[in-house]
Amino acid sequence: MLNPKLKLNPKIFNDDVEQVPIRKGFGQGLLLAGEADENVVGLCADLTESTQMNLFADKFPNRFIQVGVAEQNLVTVASGMAAMGKIPFCSSYAMFSPGRNWEQIRTTIAYNDRKVVIVGSHSGISVGPDGGTHQALEDIALMRVMPNMDVLSPCDAIEAKKVTLALATTKRPAYLRLVREKTPIITTEETPMEIGKTEIYWMPDVGLAQVGIIATGGLVSHALFAAKELEQEGVKTKVMNLSTIKPIDSEAIIALAKECKAIVTVEEHQIAGGMGSVVAEVLAQNFSVPMEFIGIHDKYGQSGTPKELIEHYGMGKNSIKEAVKKVLKRKI
Amino acid sequence: MTFLSEEKILELEKKANDIRISIIEMLIEAGSGHTAGPLGMADIFTLLYFHILRHDPKNPSLEERDMVVLSNGHICPVLYSTMAHAGYFPVEELKTLRKFGTRLQGHPHREYLPYVENSSGPLGSGLSQAVGMALADKIDCKDKDRFIYCFMSDGEMDEGNTWEAAMLAGKHKLRNLIAIVDRNNIQIEGYTEDVMPLEPFHSKWKSFNWHVIEVSGHDFRSLNEVVEEAQAIYEKPTVIIAHTIPGKGVKEFERNYKWHGKAPNKEEGEMALKELRNLRF
Repeated sequence: MLNPKLKLNPKIFNDDVEQVPIRKGFGQGLLLAGEADENVVGLCADLTESTQMNLFADKFPNRFIQVGVAEQNLVTVASGMAAMGKIPFCSSYAMFSPGRNWEQIRTTIAYNDRKVVIVGSHSGISVGPDGGTHQALEDIALMRVMPNMDVLSPCDAIEAKKVTLALATTKRPAYLRLVREKTPIITTEETPMEIGKTEIYWMPDVGLAQVGIIATGGLVSHALFAAKELEQEGVKTKVMNLSTIKPIDSEAIIALAKECKAIVTVEEHQIAGGMGSVVAEVLAQNFSVPMEFIGIHDKYGQSGTPKELIEHYGMGKNSIKEAVKKVLKRKI
Repeated sequence: MTFLSEEKILELEKKANDIRISIIEMLIEAGSGHTAGPLGMADIFTLLYFHILRHDPKNPSLEERDMVVLSNGHICPVLYSTMAHAGYFPVEELKTLRKFGTRLQGHPHREYLPYVENSSGPLGSGLSQAVGMALADKIDCKDKDRFIYCFMSDGEMDEGNTWEAAMLAGKHKLRNLIAIVDRNNIQIEGYTEDVMPLEPFHSKWKSFNWHVIEVSGHDFRSLNEVVEEAQAIYEKPTVIIAHTIPGKGVKEFERNYKWHGKAPNKEEGEMALKELRNLRF
């Protein structure tokens, strides 16, 4: 069942569940953050509408900097603005930022300890028809290895709004990963969100879970759909929404592993170096359990509809169910 | 900033020489690092820190201070030496350059030495940070209150990031931004015009909507005048192309690109120190 304490969207399993792009929540959140603090500034590399920064840019034209198609400049100018006390959010597609400008982010933001939020929209395979060049499947890995950098990957538009608002008040540089496609609304305005803390969104009605599913970003809904069907098939699971990939909530992950003794991770990202790797690092050092990883297996994407691509690359509901059954057999 | 009297110029020349001596001393001690660029830029750094900048070495975080962004972090021996002589930290500390536990990292790191405004080393991203600072002041209507100075090398003009920043500064007519390019014609593998030609350099900047001034990098009076001119330009950012002699002050090192990226050994260093110490004013 959905965790009753979290006031999640009761319509999540309905066919007519509201679907909103996660990036939209960022746009709304940035507007609110801008209203709350006049030091918040926005920078964009010619993708203002696509990344939903246009809401902020229209309201605060004097605090919006259009840098043109120049992602290296995007983040380094943001670093300079942060040095003067501004709170810059800079947005582009994840493939270009942090894809193209990784060293600039490392040196001038993370190493330089300047509070800048790098917003990478259009992450994952679900970018769809644009094809492999535009599908960022490596960005979590790129950003999580950087000391002094937080990594956030919200599960729906409402959580993205809350994360954006929260990031305007934290001290550390951060990467905010967003998805282009419409995804089901999972949470509500009342659902708690705290950076660095995970929540269990799905749990057995009674008793202990047999497998823990840890999901992030746009695939959290797929994990929930899988969990519901698995319950009907007699397999009890818990689904954790891991929206803060760094700093990692080790305590909650270890607790889940101790209860379930088997874990499946779910992300729209390369398996190498992604969120699943983070979970594996935590568990290998603290409480080893069998794991299965849902994600991309060392491949680039291609054109197609998001649905086709998620199925083709083995990240959909059925693949998650298979992974749960597989890991169940591996339990000691 | 004020008129430069003959006495003041003499004082600056002596100070620059002291700064060069410290550069050689610290490089001998470190056993690695860059020599030609720091020696070539010693005069301009001296003028800035001892005549032009609004700053307070005893209160480095002075709210209304001018900002100095060093883009080509590898010439940090001149920055460290100048800052030490200006009173930011003891001159004796210069001998810790590049050693374990030092505040004077091989390339500047703000976490270790908070008196520097930015950590740098990888080339080409200093100007854009300076642009960000100038933009922030413009948003806050403080762009008449102070200047953002950005030191760059000519070699790093090969980096695309530099020109992205130049374009944005031109777009926003950042009058509070003054870039100073060390036009010493060398980079690590040879002469700039062989590695990647920059000429026509002046017109490149002009076409990006900058006010462009060329000047000798070793003449205090001319340098002072061009900085004054840059401060007077109202509608554009200014770039000062400072023609410098790499290795300036030590005949053996001058104009030789081989001294770009290496430090003198003990013998070479002693020879250089002798030359600098015997300079008569």
